[in-house]
Amino acid sequence: MARMTGRRALFAVPVLLTVTFGVFAVAAASPFDPVKAYAGTAGLTASQENLDQLRANLGVDQPLPTRWWNWLTSALQGDFGDSTVMRQPVADVIAERMGWSVLLAASAFVIAILLGTALGVLAARRPGGWLDRGVSSAAYTLEAAPAFWLGLLAIWLFALKLDLLPAGGLTDAGSETITFGQVASHLVLPAAVLGISQLPWFFLYVRQGVMDALAEDPVRGARARGLSERTVLLGHGLRSGMLPMLTLIGSRVPELITGALLIETVFSWPGIAAATVQAATSVDFSLLAALTVLATAAVLLGNLLSDLLYGLADPRVAFDG
Amino acid sequence: MTARSIRGAAAAALVTALSLTAAACSNPDSSKGGGSGAGSTSAVVGIAYEPDSLSPLLGYGKDGNSKIFDGLLALDEELKLQPALASALPDVSADGLTYTYRLRQGVKFSDGKAFGAKDVVFTYRTILDEKTNNPSRNELDAVKDVTAQGEDTVVFTLKYPYAPFAQRTVLPIAPEHIAGKQDVNTGAFTTKPVGTGPYVLTNWSKGEKLSFTANPRYWGGEPEVKKFTMAVIKDDDVRATRLRSGDLDGAILPPNLAKGFANDKNKKTYAANSYDYRTVTLPTNNKVAGDTAVRRALDVAVDRQTMVDAILNGSGKPAYGPVPTDSEWFTKGTERTHDLAAAKKILDEAGWTPGKDGIRTKDGVRAAFPLWYVTGDKLRQEHALAYASDAKKAGIDITVEAGTWEVIEPRMKHDAVLAGGGSPADPDFDQYTLLKSSLAGDGFNNMAWYDNKAVDEAIEAGRRSGTKAERKKAYDTVQRELVKNPGYTFLTHIDHIYVVEDRFGPLTTQIEPHDHGLASGPWWNVEKWSTKDTGDAKK
Repeated sequence: MARMTGRRALFAVPVLLTVTFGVFAVAAASPFDPVKAYAGTAGLTASQENLDQLRANLGVDQPLPTRWWNWLTSALQGDFGDSTVMRQPVADVIAERMGWSVLLAASAFVIAILLGTALGVLAARRPGGWLDRGVSSAAYTLEAAPAFWLGLLAIWLFALKLDLLPAGGLTDAGSETITFGQVASHLVLPAAVLGISQLPWFFLYVRQGVMDALAEDPVRGARARGLSERTVLLGHGLRSGMLPMLTLIGSRVPELITGALLIETVFSWPGIAAATVQAATSVDFSLLAALTVLATAAVLLGNLLSDLLYGLADPRVAFDG
Repeated sequence: MTARSIRGAAAAALVTALSLTAAACSNPDSSKGGGSGAGSTSAVVGIAYEPDSLSPLLGYGKDGNSKIFDGLLALDEELKLQPALASALPDVSADGLTYTYRLRQGVKFSDGKAFGAKDVVFTYRTILDEKTNNPSRNELDAVKDVTAQGEDTVVFTLKYPYAPFAQRTVLPIAPEHIAGKQDVNTGAFTTKPVGTGPYVLTNWSKGEKLSFTANPRYWGGEPEVKKFTMAVIKDDDVRATRLRSGDLDGAILPPNLAKGFANDKNKKTYAANSYDYRTVTLPTNNKVAGDTAVRRALDVAVDRQTMVDAILNGSGKPAYGPVPTDSEWFTKGTERTHDLAAAKKILDEAGWTPGKDGIRTKDGVRAAFPLWYVTGDKLRQEHALAYASDAKKAGIDITVEAGTWEVIEPRMKHDAVLAGGGSPADPDFDQYTLLKSSLAGDGFNNMAWYDNKAVDEAIEAGRRSGTKAERKKAYDTVQRELVKNPGYTFLTHIDHIYVVEDRFGPLTTQIEPHDHGLASGPWWNVEKWSTKDTGDAKK
């Protein structure tokens, strides 16, 4: 297990190098101009000389490999450079925003896993029943629905029409301090939408897993011995049905990240994902590269986690290495 | 990982989730905690744009009203210059090259440190420094040097006489003892500013809101509105909804949404006049758009009043140049009346003859050119479509296209663009960058590649001569030349509409620029607002 983790860590190095270079290359090839993005409306009345000076100051007049190498060498020494769009060091941007993103993603994951498992077990108990049919078709619909569309729909319904929940932000406009109650009420909508957009996969995996388990011999034996349906369902069915879902947790991490990108933007949630969108549209090389490293690391960790969990849950599975 | 520990983890997670929802439920009207509930000394306003940085050294607040800072001078409601951190208007030398400011005594920054001449010198020198990433630096092009003479006097020397220079000195002054000790481009000062202004920034949650609290040390007296919040809400509909729900006390709104508040007894609607124009660039290098006859024909073929009525719901004015018709600098008699027959006559006389499809040609050139607008800007799209349909009636075929600036920029030299701009209040600010031939193709300046010797000379004369009468004469020349050979078709000046709670009493607005900075709106002087007694019916 430790050996597997070590091997994966070694393997991560070339992946991260390639990914950061890729980000620089894509950003350089994009039609967006970092200088225009930096200057904003002031750039529309700035003189060409002033814009050229900005280009030199921001260091975006150098060739791509040089820029990437400079970024990499200083990043390895712990200096991630300055974000042009935020006008502050990249490390500060990440430190300020990371916590909010983790809170949002974790709440969403909890919602998706708990709801998905509960609904999955209930649906598997009576395949073809009304609950199974209803939830399954809803799940297939949700799989196809883009997260930002769900977000806008939720804002329209709960914030604009019913006025039950705040439409966005971290706290109310008038409040200066960040209190637990404020954050909690503002978290409900984005976390629920993000969770529900991830829910179908968990639901379908659990439903299938439990249904397969209920058709196995041990379950038939247990029922024959007169064990209660609840024990059969939760003790036998769910336990073996959970296996495929465990592997899913890790592999859904990339989906969760892209989902968070959209949800944070829609709900003006001050997290790291919302900053990624800004960094991308204004070609903020340093911030973009740092965030990509974070996202890649999260995906690699997710994969490792799902393999470890599977190995723990099912002794027959060997760890590679 | 046993089943038991999984169950335990699930239970713990469930408890957490439940406690979160319980906390959310225990505060049922938390979405209404903003405006009216929080006492009458707080105001929450909704704005559409957010500054990139709050550092004056990077260009924040360069047009005054920055809330956190003061300039040497400030603009009042009539856009007249008033002393702020200077104790009086500057002394200008006879040759117009030296401006001497006496500073106000006893002013302190919000951190308690004294303000002095060194801060002024530091601010201007830092902005003029090439290493500072300030995209508005060329607004100070005229400055040769700035020096302190003792603690209370600052002297600016100019490279050339520049009549509107004093207007530039509304830009905010930063404290040297803080901003001078860190990286000007990325230091903490850009997000945690310290100034001498009426408000102190307490929190800036990027993309969400800026929170201010009254500065008890403010030299102009502590503001009555103690807490002031600007919520950044990009979506117009969401902003209107939050204003209706009481979350906001005021907001900027498009005219059609502001109409929904017309019958609301507790809210007042303010229309701020502006220098904010929409224009069509007619590039000199385009065989059709650069033709003087075509330019003149388009100038009278376009129905500006209908644009104001239909596109702006009447919240605006026809524009005939960058100077609004109600400005003292506007040249009476240069209004163009909508006259399709006259437009056709101009084209006929110039040899543009209509073909079978009604589109004119001359020497084998078809009277057609593309007109670009920025994708997603509904207002510009509607202006562009209206313009194209008016042009078609005169026999000119304009194809309206949408693109991002990245797409438009390489095409600006030959294709028309639906552009916008406008900076009050000196006529030099817009006319110089729009019309000066040497600025053709310089960034986004003079996008029409306009080249007219008489205009060039008049613009130079206007910015260099000291007396108002001489300047007025120069800008009259410019505006009359634009009638003879318009390089742009100016369409409208757009009013900015704001809806604010009535309890703040009757408010005022300034004449506003194209940019919707933090300075715009009825809260341009929020530090002077007073909350009236409730139940006191006005009028």
